[in-house]
Amino acid sequence: MPNPNNEATRRVVYEKSRGLTDTPLTYCPGCTHGTINKLIAETLVELDVLEKSIAIAPVGCSVLAYEFFNCDAIQAAHGRAPAVATGIKRAEPSKVVFTYQGDGDLASIGTAEIIHAAHRGENITVIFVNNAIYGMTGGQMAPTTLVDQKTSTSPFGRAEATTGKPILVSEMMATIPSATYIERVSAHDVPHITKTKRAIKKAFENQINGKGFSMVEVLAGCPVGWNLSPVDSMKFIAETMIPYFPLGVYKDEGVAV
Amino acid sequence: MKVLMKGNEAISEAAIQAGCTAFFGYPITPQNEIPEYMSAKMEKAGGVFIQAESEVGAINMVYGAAAAGVRTMTTSSSPGIALKQEGISYLCGANLPCVIANVARCGPGLGGILPGQSDYFQATRGGGNGDYYTPVYAPATVQEAWDMVFESFDIADKYRTPVQILLDGMLGQMMEPVEMKVHPRLNIDKPWATNGNADKRPRNTITSLSLFGEVLEAMNLQRFKVYEEIEKNETAVENTVKEGDTVAIVAYGAPSRIVRNAIDELRAEGINAALIRPITLWPYPYDTFQDLPKSVKHILVAELSMGQMVEDVRLGVNGKYPVHFYGRTGGVVFEPGEIANKVREIMGKPAKPLASGQKQMTDSNLKGGI
Repeated sequence: MPNPNNEATRRVVYEKSRGLTDTPLTYCPGCTHGTINKLIAETLVELDVLEKSIAIAPVGCSVLAYEFFNCDAIQAAHGRAPAVATGIKRAEPSKVVFTYQGDGDLASIGTAEIIHAAHRGENITVIFVNNAIYGMTGGQMAPTTLVDQKTSTSPFGRAEATTGKPILVSEMMATIPSATYIERVSAHDVPHITKTKRAIKKAFENQINGKGFSMVEVLAGCPVGWNLSPVDSMKFIAETMIPYFPLGVYKDEGVAV
Repeated sequence: MKVLMKGNEAISEAAIQAGCTAFFGYPITPQNEIPEYMSAKMEKAGGVFIQAESEVGAINMVYGAAAAGVRTMTTSSSPGIALKQEGISYLCGANLPCVIANVARCGPGLGGILPGQSDYFQATRGGGNGDYYTPVYAPATVQEAWDMVFESFDIADKYRTPVQILLDGMLGQMMEPVEMKVHPRLNIDKPWATNGNADKRPRNTITSLSLFGEVLEAMNLQRFKVYEEIEKNETAVENTVKEGDTVAIVAYGAPSRIVRNAIDELRAEGINAALIRPITLWPYPYDTFQDLPKSVKHILVAELSMGQMVEDVRLGVNGKYPVHFYGRTGGVVFEPGEIANKVREIMGKPAKPLASGQKQMTDSNLKGGI
């Protein structure tokens, strides 16, 4: 057993990424936002673009993300992050611009902005966190809420007859001709978190290489909004969400622009 | 050398000359010449033009470009400006400078594409959620529109606020000779910009959010301190009232030129009327109405609306004079004779026939009687 006080044998096996500030995260226990924030922060450091990055925070649970990412950051109106990112990226094309959006933000109120940012082929990176619920406002039904899932505005379970089926954002975005890279991943266990990191890295590399619009959809857990324990919410992702939201690469056309 | 140009073209070219490098627009009549002009010229001038997916998209692109520290503009017309209010509120909350031109038509709803001044409340009362104002410039000629674009970008940068230019469809479409003078630009550093230069300075954040009452209150109090400075330094009015004048007619924008014709007509028949033309609608030149010559007996407000600015005039007058109102709405434009007849009525003189054959509005009409 090495002596922990022996300088010769001490080594750092883990430390907080400098891509994150020291501000305590405001996410609930068992929420996967913190993990996803960390993956992005690590990626920006690994790609050596942290200081030239601009983060766009949404409205929702990650509204305070501008306090967490250790780079320039701006808070956008609900759903408008891709339009704000467009304004910044066009003004500063050599910088790295990304949005971080939930499913209420991106898949409901912000559908026009996300579709048209992709449609124009904006050279930006979008991290779309899909936890099938409005977390911040108290667990209301989202467009991504599963059929029969109980939420505070679908207390008897989401009724398909009156509210339809959950929207499949990655599948929809992959139909947009000018979109470059669309992948759905999950943050529910270590192997999937590793794959998520790989996808996020690719989405940023695409931007750095001028390849155009990249979006990574990350299936995420919301124990508080789902009324499940953190462990059960991870199971819910694996057993209930993934069968409806299949993981995989939906589009990958890394053609240089 | 003067060049004959439309108001919409003057606004476009002046913006480019004032250093605007990011324009985001959306088609809506009667401002279409602006995005059309920008689509042809902006890229050559080294800037960015995007036809956004919506007015909401356009104003949020402005939010992004303004945050990055560049001079940026969007333009629209009344219902489109209504859609932009969310973004304008955020721009004010985040203290971001930009210029927004409203080539106003009439409403409410889809209304019509004829000129109107019924966006006065929308422009001067904030328009979106929260405690805020934006400076509002009201040009009366194409030349003035050209000059005001330069001033608007300077004021926006100086006070870190969105600035609105409120003209009506008449002025947007009207062609007039313009002296294309390039006014010197106020160059102000923007060390607060989120432009990805965190290797040279501490990281910047831009937000309108605070979840703590005292913090948000302090942000709002600070903004109103800036508003006090704007009121003190930037209030502008053309006041032609002199000792001996009995009726002051208040009008702004292109319709103020119709009022000038009415005034000529009235003075020729011995009624001493004169014009007060607010040039900034916020801050409003309230003080003007407390310092009028003793000879003034009546104030008449003439607007292409059911009476919106008349409320500010009453605030300025504060009971000192009777305030009368004459307006047309729905895109109907008053002719000089209608204004002259209203003054004749006030002075107890008989009305004269109208050259246009339009119907003279009565007080009863303007209170909702047909």
